[in-house]
Amino acid sequence: MKFVDEFRDRTIAERIIKKIERFDSLKVNLMEVCGTHTMVIFKQGLKGMLPKNVNLLSGPGCPVCVTSQEDIDKAIELARDRRMIITTFGDMVRVPGTNSSLEKEKANGADVRIIYSPSEALRIARENPDKKVVFLAIGFETTSPLIAASVMDAQKEKIDNFFIFSTHKLIPPAMEALSKSKELNIEGFICPGHVSVTIGSDAYRFIAQKYNVPCVIGGFEALDVLQSIYMLLRQIKENRAEVEIEYFRAVHPQGNIIAQQLISEVFEVTDVRWRGLGIIPRSGLRLRKKFYDYDAEREFQPKVKKGKENPDCACGQVLRGVKKPTQCKLYKRICTPENPYGPCMVSSEGTCAAYYKYG
Amino acid sequence: MDPAWSLPKGHVQPITNMVKKFEDDAKRILLAHGSGGKLSHQLIKSFVKKFRNLPLAKLDDSAVLKFKGKLAFTTDSYVVDPIYFPGGDIGKLAVNGTVNDLAMVGARPLYLSASAIIEEGFSLNELEGIVDSMNRAARAAGVKIVAGDTKVVGKGGADKVFINTSGIGLVDSGVDISSKNARLGDKIILSGTIGDHGIAILNAREGFDFRTKVKSDCQPLNGMVSEILKVSKNVHVLRDPTRGGLATSLNEIAKQSGVGIEIEEEKIPVKEEVKAVCEMLGFDPLYIANEGKLVAFVPQKDCAKILNAIKKNKQGKDAQIIGAVVSRHKGRVVVKTSVGGERVLDMLTGEQLPRIC
Repeated sequence: MKFVDEFRDRTIAERIIKKIERFDSLKVNLMEVCGTHTMVIFKQGLKGMLPKNVNLLSGPGCPVCVTSQEDIDKAIELARDRRMIITTFGDMVRVPGTNSSLEKEKANGADVRIIYSPSEALRIARENPDKKVVFLAIGFETTSPLIAASVMDAQKEKIDNFFIFSTHKLIPPAMEALSKSKELNIEGFICPGHVSVTIGSDAYRFIAQKYNVPCVIGGFEALDVLQSIYMLLRQIKENRAEVEIEYFRAVHPQGNIIAQQLISEVFEVTDVRWRGLGIIPRSGLRLRKKFYDYDAEREFQPKVKKGKENPDCACGQVLRGVKKPTQCKLYKRICTPENPYGPCMVSSEGTCAAYYKYG
Repeated sequence: MDPAWSLPKGHVQPITNMVKKFEDDAKRILLAHGSGGKLSHQLIKSFVKKFRNLPLAKLDDSAVLKFKGKLAFTTDSYVVDPIYFPGGDIGKLAVNGTVNDLAMVGARPLYLSASAIIEEGFSLNELEGIVDSMNRAARAAGVKIVAGDTKVVGKGGADKVFINTSGIGLVDSGVDISSKNARLGDKIILSGTIGDHGIAILNAREGFDFRTKVKSDCQPLNGMVSEILKVSKNVHVLRDPTRGGLATSLNEIAKQSGVGIEIEEEKIPVKEEVKAVCEMLGFDPLYIANEGKLVAFVPQKDCAKILNAIKKNKQGKDAQIIGAVVSRHKGRVVVKTSVGGERVLDMLTGEQLPRIC
């Protein structure tokens, strides 16, 4: 297939691996921040192709996985209200909250619908004027421009039964938190490709400069990942810490200015809690005052007790790259994709799901 | 310029549509069609006329059939949504699905039963269309529908129409095909492109608007199987990878036979459109359903002539040897990825797409 098969070419892969093998004196920990990268690495069997001195850590770039227990409980609480139609991306439905999940609420009669784009949620709101339609707005800088656009559309069309529950998060602050962490020694970041299409490479410059960690923005095909690893090793070898773009067919240093404007028109930056990482300052997005009418949390004020995570679940450590899923007590024995205990096993981008499926 | 007296084009359509709708409304399934009374009889008679065969025409409580030899017997229910999709409909699927289940143990499919659960208010015209389609599919596969039943449930009690078919076939002596029979060294042949059915269904659903022309591969495989058995009875396993796709079928075989399986991603034929939709939605074609493809596990020495036999069949022109049974990792399937890596191919977890067949 055009633009896919070319990036899975075996002879080119072998050539890049040879180049990577030349850095055999470097023993390095590299983190792929994005869950989609984790999936590619597993699906294409890249770990087995890489030399042992390159250790890949999976990062927190899976939006479902980093959503806090409290936010999941709030979404479940919203779904229990029979006036509501809850619209969401698929993976959220199965994430276990403290006592329930959206999937279970759906079986109990809640109206929970899986959609592929926030514009569908808006359509559902238009078609069901007697219902309150809430969209669970999770994700990073990849999805936030779309959701910002749908909120603006709702305002323009004066749709007053459409709400979003924003748990949006920002990637660079999370990377900063990981760079500061004493328990980890990350020597290079493979930065998420799609997030970078929006925010550009400049957004990571402070990480490279302040924390002296090389960054490479990688695309999502096998060769992209291999090439990104090679570029990181080259930086480390040459004692450089810069932001380089491997995914230059899609990423611009300044990013997508229009998308950035959309985000800042609708959202403002706030402190939020990440599963596994705790509260990270200025790492989330909430609606600006002029869009308060679309804020599900303000409108319906779902009351939940302090969210309780399963104490045996190691999702938190897995998200920080401190533990591998195989080091979790629950992994594979109790926690499986059919019966997940933590979000990393639910999400198609979750590290535990990747280990389970392809490990 | 249009003459002044002509109606604008958009106007003609709705009027004929309205008439058509009125006529359609008059022809809907009522609860009485399932009462066992007059309407039931009319309905059943109209089906009998279509399927036209002796055991059915007798209208006894059971069809009486003569056999000599080993029997294969199977049943399956069909709830596909939507009932009409590119490349087929629920009727065609219900016949071919059961025909193929029989063919996968090497049986010659002979007789089918068909039983429909119909929702009140379902259009008689559409039902007739489905029955016609079943009739055509049965003829194409060379089987007879010799027993049947219809039930009507209240509105909302079922979604449009569900069909169950059961089938009986004869297994020739010397044929021993089972998922337990895969042996070390066996070659694995796949009869054509994968994922067509699942993607066609997905595309026909509301909410997706991919402009692809992917059609379901819904087709009978008994012809192909009889061609295979003509050149060699030495076939160990046959399987049609329906729900759960090729990945799930291979896993079942690996487990049931207690062998390791290795396949090469590059060798697996996938249509460009199917690949594209999968890439976009994050699906893996290896897990997408098929309704007219088979995998065959055959000893190396017979592999070439069996592949030839499959390729001669028009349903098998894209056939490929995709892998082999190996001595390592018993009970598991490993894929060699096109980029040169390796990964374990697990069974499908959870539901990828509900109601695909």
